[in-house]
Amino acid sequence: MTTLLAIEGLTKRYPTGDLALDGVDLMVPAGQVMALIGPSGAGKSTLIRCVNRLVEPTSGRVRLEGLEITGLGAAALRRARRRMGMIFQEYALVERLTVMENVLSGRLGYTGFWPSWFRRFPRRDIEQAFRLLDRVGLVAMADKRADALSGGQRQRVGILRALMQDPALLLVDEPTASLDPRTSRQIMRLLVELCQERGLAAVINIHDVALARQFARRIVGLRAGRIVFDGSPEALDPDALTAVYGEEDWSRTLRRPEAEEAEEAAEAA
Amino acid sequence: MSAAVFDPAAAARAWRPPPLIADTWLRWAVYLGALLYAVLALGSVEVNWTRAAEGLVRGARFLAGFFPPDFITKREEILEGLLESLTMTVVSTAIGILLSIPVALGAARNLAPMPLYLLCRGIIAISRTFQEIIIAIVFVAMVGFGPLAGMLTLAFATIGFMAKLLAEDIEDIEAAQAEAVRATGAGWFQLLAWAVLPQVKPRLIGLSAYRLDINFRESAVLGLVGAGGIGDTLNTAFDRYEFDTAAAVLIVIVAIVLACEYASGWIRRAVQ
Repeated sequence: MTTLLAIEGLTKRYPTGDLALDGVDLMVPAGQVMALIGPSGAGKSTLIRCVNRLVEPTSGRVRLEGLEITGLGAAALRRARRRMGMIFQEYALVERLTVMENVLSGRLGYTGFWPSWFRRFPRRDIEQAFRLLDRVGLVAMADKRADALSGGQRQRVGILRALMQDPALLLVDEPTASLDPRTSRQIMRLLVELCQERGLAAVINIHDVALARQFARRIVGLRAGRIVFDGSPEALDPDALTAVYGEEDWSRTLRRPEAEEAEEAAEAA
Repeated sequence: MSAAVFDPAAAARAWRPPPLIADTWLRWAVYLGALLYAVLALGSVEVNWTRAAEGLVRGARFLAGFFPPDFITKREEILEGLLESLTMTVVSTAIGILLSIPVALGAARNLAPMPLYLLCRGIIAISRTFQEIIIAIVFVAMVGFGPLAGMLTLAFATIGFMAKLLAEDIEDIEAAQAEAVRATGAGWFQLLAWAVLPQVKPRLIGLSAYRLDINFRESAVLGLVGAGGIGDTLNTAFDRYEFDTAAAVLIVIVAIVLACEYASGWIRRAVQ
């Protein structure tokens, strides 16, 4: 498989002196859905924000589709960001804009200022937005304000905004942290399905180890800015979890995901 | 029973909410100091009761001159002054708001780099330091008597007022929403239009309506220093001892201020 995202020696030290990332090397092939786990403050958010340079890395290199992101000028960086859709923990929708405007905002990188000011997006963009809204069952909400939606609906809109960018990579920051367990699973399932349909790679920061094991084919564990685990969900044993999070009784966390699925089905019935 | 066992009941009896000023001595010093100052200050006010009693009679005669208010005799002047004031108010508010937006963006710490921030905060400080009357005197000296001076004054005052309050609102926007728009590859102006403007728009509209209201009231005062508008008409009426006309002008001002206040309140409720 071709390498989509290549991170080499990525280091970030904040002005406060905190070392958030300490020489991270990571390769993500095209189309791979990867979960990034680790305790709070391990540098997960910093890592994905260094990829699209919402956070400026201190040193190291990030390449996407062969293009070196680190070192791009402002205009080139904006062009490069179009290929990286980002999905946020608290959805980060612009709440006073409508659902449709939020979805269309994914096209801002492709649209000039005045057309975007007057909301004159190309017809095919609007059509695409409607197709995606229909896909997640939110067509009826298109002209509702974003703050009228429930958490799960908002996160779907957040996902659509990222997809509108026509990305090759999704950077996903704690997509389920504000959602209930059932909605969390629905959102994760939707994300993984969309990635498979479109051949997108995704880096998903996630707290919930069970969810990560259920939905990602590869799990990377980050602790204090360093990668301490990189392998398949099956390889994530109690020792590995202790390496990532520290000492704890992990036996119940590592129940087979199918068991929870069955529980969920029983609940729904 | 050992003494080391924690007794919640005793702790609850002993617990008091922490005072505003922790140091007991400092606390009482502040309270007593404030009381002493108030007593001394009251003692220093000299009141001439005979003069005040005479003044009451004179004041009553002065007020009697107001009745009945005369809208008719100087109808032309009142109407002209009123129109001038309204024009002055609307034009100066529009210009002031347009100029205040870039200043507000520059004065928001989350958008502007340090040098620009200091420059814009400086502009705001200068605009807010001087009372409108003082600025009006300067502009009257610069461009002569008339509504142009008043307009410049109000526009100048509007910049400081709007920019300061708008900048505060811009600093309070949800950073995550701005971050999300930046992550799509949006440019700087798109960031303003898609992430900042939607969040500050209700406040921008509300403040604009409020400032329109303030500017009309101020325009009535600015006439006193020759900066045009209905204040000029009022001043002339007093100068000519036409108290009935002055009363009419005052009533017109009150009516318009009430209308403005009602309208701006309604607008602010509507945009929330």
